[in-house]
Amino acid sequence: MDDLLTEFVAETREMLGALASEVVAWEADPADRARLDTIFRFVHTVKGNCGFFDFPRLAALSHAAEDALADVRAGQRSADRRLVDAVLAVLDRIGAMIEEIERGASLDDGNDEPLIAALKGEAEPADAPASMPAGSTPVSPATAEQRTIRLPVELIDQVMSGVSEMVLARNDLARRMQAMGGDCGLEAPFSRLSALLSEVRDAITRTRMRRIDGLFATFPRLVRDLSADLGKQVFVELENGEVELDREMIELIRDPLVHIIRNAVDHGIESPAERRAAGKREAGLLTVSARQTGNTIHIGIMDDGRGIDADRLAAKALAAGIRTGEQIAAMSREEKIELVYEPGLSTAESVTAISGRGVGMDVVRANIEKFGGSLEIESLPGEGTRFQIRVPLTLSILPSVTVEAGGQTFGVPRSYVEEIVSTAGGNLEFDEVGDRRFLTFRGRRLPCISLGETFGLADVGAGEDEDASLFMILRLGWGDFYALAVDRIFDHHELVIKPLSPGIMQCGLFVGCTQLDDGTPVLVLDVAAIGYGAGIPRELRRPGIAAVAATPAEREALRVVLLHGLDGERRAIAMSAVEQVERVASAAVRHPGPGARIVLGEEILPLAGVSGTGDLPEWLTVLRLGDGQRRVAYAAREVLEIASLTGAVSPVEGRPGLAGVTLIDGEPAELVDCHALFARHANAAAPALSCRLAGEADGWMRSFLGPIVEAAGYRIAAEGEPADIAFIEDEDGGAAAGIRKAIRLSDRPEDVPGAGIYRYDRAALMAALLRAGQELAA
Amino acid sequence: MSVMMLVVVIAGRRTGLPAPAVNSVIDLASITPVPRAAPHVAGLAALRSRPLTVIDCRAALGLEPEGGAAARRRAVVVEHEGHLYGLLVDAADAIVASRAEAGPIGADPGPGWREVASGRIETEAGALLVLDLAVLIQGVGARAAAA
Repeated sequence: MDDLLTEFVAETREMLGALASEVVAWEADPADRARLDTIFRFVHTVKGNCGFFDFPRLAALSHAAEDALADVRAGQRSADRRLVDAVLAVLDRIGAMIEEIERGASLDDGNDEPLIAALKGEAEPADAPASMPAGSTPVSPATAEQRTIRLPVELIDQVMSGVSEMVLARNDLARRMQAMGGDCGLEAPFSRLSALLSEVRDAITRTRMRRIDGLFATFPRLVRDLSADLGKQVFVELENGEVELDREMIELIRDPLVHIIRNAVDHGIESPAERRAAGKREAGLLTVSARQTGNTIHIGIMDDGRGIDADRLAAKALAAGIRTGEQIAAMSREEKIELVYEPGLSTAESVTAISGRGVGMDVVRANIEKFGGSLEIESLPGEGTRFQIRVPLTLSILPSVTVEAGGQTFGVPRSYVEEIVSTAGGNLEFDEVGDRRFLTFRGRRLPCISLGETFGLADVGAGEDEDASLFMILRLGWGDFYALAVDRIFDHHELVIKPLSPGIMQCGLFVGCTQLDDGTPVLVLDVAAIGYGAGIPRELRRPGIAAVAATPAEREALRVVLLHGLDGERRAIAMSAVEQVERVASAAVRHPGPGARIVLGEEILPLAGVSGTGDLPEWLTVLRLGDGQRRVAYAAREVLEIASLTGAVSPVEGRPGLAGVTLIDGEPAELVDCHALFARHANAAAPALSCRLAGEADGWMRSFLGPIVEAAGYRIAAEGEPADIAFIEDEDGGAAAGIRKAIRLSDRPEDVPGAGIYRYDRAALMAALLRAGQELAA
Repeated sequence: MSVMMLVVVIAGRRTGLPAPAVNSVIDLASITPVPRAAPHVAGLAALRSRPLTVIDCRAALGLEPEGGAAARRRAVVVEHEGHLYGLLVDAADAIVASRAEAGPIGADPGPGWREVASGRIETEAGALLVLDLAVLIQGVGARAAAA
């Protein structure tokens, strides 16, 4: 009996959880039969189950709700607001009763009459009996159709650690077999065992994962109740609930998410009147989305409210004495927004029931950082606020790099590692400021921290031989970088992280420990704590505008990649734009010429640096350039070296795509204008629109206008082919058959209202072409 | 009511740990040091797949190290607040039955010992100081610093 009851409680609670979002969706659209059916099935199931147990109150409540909903299903009643509220209240009451049943308390004789009366509403007592097929089996909500069983998490953990031990035993066995040498007749069964073990390990890892929509499902209800209390209207949009996350992680992010959502509804989204005045829809929109990239889950919470008032925050910080007037004057808007993390600051005018109760964003951020996550805020005044939370997929398995310092092995979570550089190549520059060394990496000066020194470990082997130093460039959550010097870098592992005892956690330098294949324990570094502990200033996280302007010396020393173009010219491209360099067969190039494309892996990119006429060599070197969003490939014969741009750049006339010519190591090199490159190819990345060049001045258009049109990313349409745009002369009136958009040309330079664009006004022509392209694409 | 006690030798003195609290007694093959940890934390070891925090009991008592932790390999494994600890001791040989309940120590047992002892117990093998696990794991020095 006890087991049955436990099962009943767990099942009911699970269904309640899944139902929360269904109810709100049903309220938004009472005609939604599928949702209504889901809710109806729930109360019906509860009522049915009550038959096994002695819960008269629960039975009466669910019975009343079932009746009311049955009427709606039969079309005898409409789902008005009062009914929805009453149904919600019943679900809440059922939830509360389930809690009590679980605690083992007997349900007291509470009065459910008002609730039942509310359910009945003004509709006449249901005289027609609810026509439900008797004895229908309990149906679980449509969202969970898989067969499931419930297991205590401890059991899964136990299995997990058992499997980990089997892996260690397997590795030990492998070592012994190797030591025995040669043919011991065990290889085949051993490799079979090994493969099976890997499978079991994967499967058991997956049992710890859960879809995030279980968490998301509670948000619509939360927002509904909050906004009702505040007299606001807020829609919730949930995206990508199918992303899976470690169940422990889901529990850990629940509170931070709820806090941010409360804030968004309370402070972010304006009242309907304010929104109307601001020209927005009365109902605010809150979007909660999840996305997985690699081993990181990004959770975004976006509202279209009033945004964070940076100046008011600054004023509060001033009033509270957290910042001085001078400091505030020097702050950018972004820096002011980050004041929300200061303990004790809130933009809320008054403490409401919902937020502003002393638990601030500082606590939220600290809680997220505690388990290796990060939180970022972006806000536009009047447009809304976006919170981005990044958390690792799981707490227990961490892709890591193992390194050695002072003769000891440590693990470093790979997510922090931006790059590994070595002084062996001789390409690294160092500066010393006091005792602190700085490494120049991609145009940034990064403070160096020696892991051995930090830990007070003796320098084993490496000695003073700085030439052989290895540096891991580490990126902390906030865009703070530093270089960690280590003696050796071994390998990449998927490490199973185990918690450390509090005594060791106290020193704050480790996130946990793990075991190598031979069973040796290895400490996993908390690289953020090590970095900040060694004095990496947190303020560096955003190089403020002032800081950029104040360091012209650094900006002058632009790092460039020197190459030989396909035409044999020596060229330079800003290093910061280069994402990757690879050798590619020329067969990957399509349509040689201005509209060339190249297939790189799974990407098709516009290819620059190829002329229309010349034959391509069999193999090319291709530089993948990126601006953070788009990519353009640049073809070269070979990459020469990486150099610093120190001399002046003299502009070249008539060579679009070139920023100018400069001297590098005494020889001239053409500096590629990345801006022009992306401006041109960004458009070309969309399927090319066609342009017809025909009319009276046919010859002029082809020879004069053609290059501009192609430079703007258009394809020149063949004679008689329908085209996206066309140029028409001022004189000839129509003649625009089969044309989606026409650009009118004028042959008079004067600015005549209503006339077309002067045919030699290059800038206006380009602008018109780009505008037409955007309009057509939209 | 008789209690079983494990006789543990620390710094040449015989002390006792309640036997039910002891998971096992092992000889550690290797200890991974933990940089910047408290001095009495000798490092990490592994008991099968579980990490073991190794406590140098002599250092935990605030006594001068003698021979260093490296010389001692015998460890008493205990579980405390969900974590496994290995207590490095000189020896841990016998399990003896107590003759009476643990009582007050009676007289000051000396520096280090006075913080780490929770009482005195009479056993078949004579009187033993009963160790307080929590204090031992935290370390007497750390406790003094916190106070």
